[in-house]
Amino acid sequence: MAPADGVGLVETNRAVVFSDDRPLRLQSGAELTEVEVAYETYGELNRDKSNAVFICHALSGDAHAAGLHAGDDPDRPGWWDNIIGPGRPLDTDRFFVICANVLGGCKGTTGPSSTDPATGRPWGLRFPLVQVRDLVEVHRALLAELGIDHLLAAIGGSLGGMQVLQWAIDHPGELDGAIVIAASARLSPQNIAFSAVAREAIMRDPDFANGDFYETGRRPDSGLGLARMIGHITYLSEASMREKFGRRIQDAETPRYGFDVDFQVESYLHYQGQSFVERFDANTYLYLGRAMDYFDPFGNPVEVQRQLARGDTSFLVLSFDSDWRFSTGHSRVITDELRLANAPVTFREIESTQGHDSFLFAIPDYHATVSGFLDRLARERDIP
Amino acid sequence: MRTDLAIVARMVGRNQKVLDLGCGDGELLDTLIHQQGCSGVGVENDPEGFHACIDRGVPVTLGDLEQELSATESGTFDCAVLSLTLQAVRRPDLVLAEMRRVAGRQIVSLPNFGHWRLRAMLTFSGRMPVTPLLPYQWYDTPNIHLCTLADFEALVEDAGMSVRQRVLLDADGRPAGRRKGLAGNLLAEGAVYALGD
Repeated sequence: MAPADGVGLVETNRAVVFSDDRPLRLQSGAELTEVEVAYETYGELNRDKSNAVFICHALSGDAHAAGLHAGDDPDRPGWWDNIIGPGRPLDTDRFFVICANVLGGCKGTTGPSSTDPATGRPWGLRFPLVQVRDLVEVHRALLAELGIDHLLAAIGGSLGGMQVLQWAIDHPGELDGAIVIAASARLSPQNIAFSAVAREAIMRDPDFANGDFYETGRRPDSGLGLARMIGHITYLSEASMREKFGRRIQDAETPRYGFDVDFQVESYLHYQGQSFVERFDANTYLYLGRAMDYFDPFGNPVEVQRQLARGDTSFLVLSFDSDWRFSTGHSRVITDELRLANAPVTFREIESTQGHDSFLFAIPDYHATVSGFLDRLARERDIP
Repeated sequence: MRTDLAIVARMVGRNQKVLDLGCGDGELLDTLIHQQGCSGVGVENDPEGFHACIDRGVPVTLGDLEQELSATESGTFDCAVLSLTLQAVRRPDLVLAEMRRVAGRQIVSLPNFGHWRLRAMLTFSGRMPVTPLLPYQWYDTPNIHLCTLADFEALVEDAGMSVRQRVLLDADGRPAGRRKGLAGNLLAEGAVYALGD
């Protein structure tokens, strides 16, 4: 699908959602007296405000989910452009689509790279730890700012799906539908192990300066790049790597035999690492990674059951068979826990080759399932 | 609604937690959930049926019913339903045992291979019977474990379960009247059973 058929030119908006007189109290007990949110919207909110769909983004995402910013390369639209726009599953002719950068992020929403109002200097590691639940509270504050108190659906992949899940549990009745894609309700020891290595890579970088690198003129690029390389290995599948790179040598026919980048897959990982450090904050990586590590929404199943009984959110849980970061087993746990709490859950494992990244691709079975689910929700609300 | 499904719906009753194995387009669960106050979930391995369920607002898992059963915790459901599918699974005895494990009551419907017309076809033509209810050739049929009502009842007894209710079906899936024992096995095209311990 050409971006030209999508939502067209868009811009990122900003809203202050918590301030001195109305601070954000985090799960940790800490308070933030200044929270600004960067967000984008696509489509029109209808008169009874029943057609809003909220996108929760993943670890490295941002508010720019669809369309182009002025001056952008037309081949590089927002990160989830293939699912958003007229005639696409998140149909902007029918739905009002909102995407916001998460709390702790580095793309316009308050996070560790923002200025601590108490000191006038960047927060760094003095920024309080955030949990997925805190991310959701900031999304809700943005919605309140926009005059929206109910969503047709919230949708997200990976960390995005985790926010959707937490939202549905914490605020039953606010969501008609919750679409939880390639997510986890409880990271496995293996997940946490990968996360630990990525974190160490950043924190051991001498330029990390214990998080206070903003005013040093240096950045922990080496550590963050390495963390991204490790992450990327877990986002792809063995099959997709084989398909994409094989054992081919980069820019040559024969191996150069040495310790420099030689294989194409190495070159790719390097590129991913390098391009990531240009656009991402090392501290945000640590904060959001940790939010995922500690995520455990079904920790108190009795409470979850009580919560879900108060609303009637329909769930769609999707996994991808080539995803080994959050494999189908993770989605099965989500499905089973929700069903145990008597929630209506539809579950499907989608065939794909792209691993964890599959949720970003326009896989026909996947998009058709999301479309069908949203159609049903829209019909219940008489949205044409 | 398909008549045999209406019979199943009556047997299920109100406010039950139901697992519908091989739920097709979700017609039964649609009625149970939206008219009989039940909750529940279907399992369907055909994507078309899966999408039809989504369209009806019926929760469903796309997948294999045997895998789904083994992934389900014991005693999760009040009632497990298997409509005209037992004859198509690899091990009907194990599926029945699994249904018993996950649900207090089991409702099973099946075509009757002991109906007199099928017996006659086999006797006189010497070929495997092909009927409107069993329209396949022997080599392409999904029905790999056809049985008679008497066979099924023997399996139920061997499993230490009991038949709480039996409704015989005619060729159109309508109740075929009450007949006892062997007469039913000869005259009914199929049956719906409500089972329990």
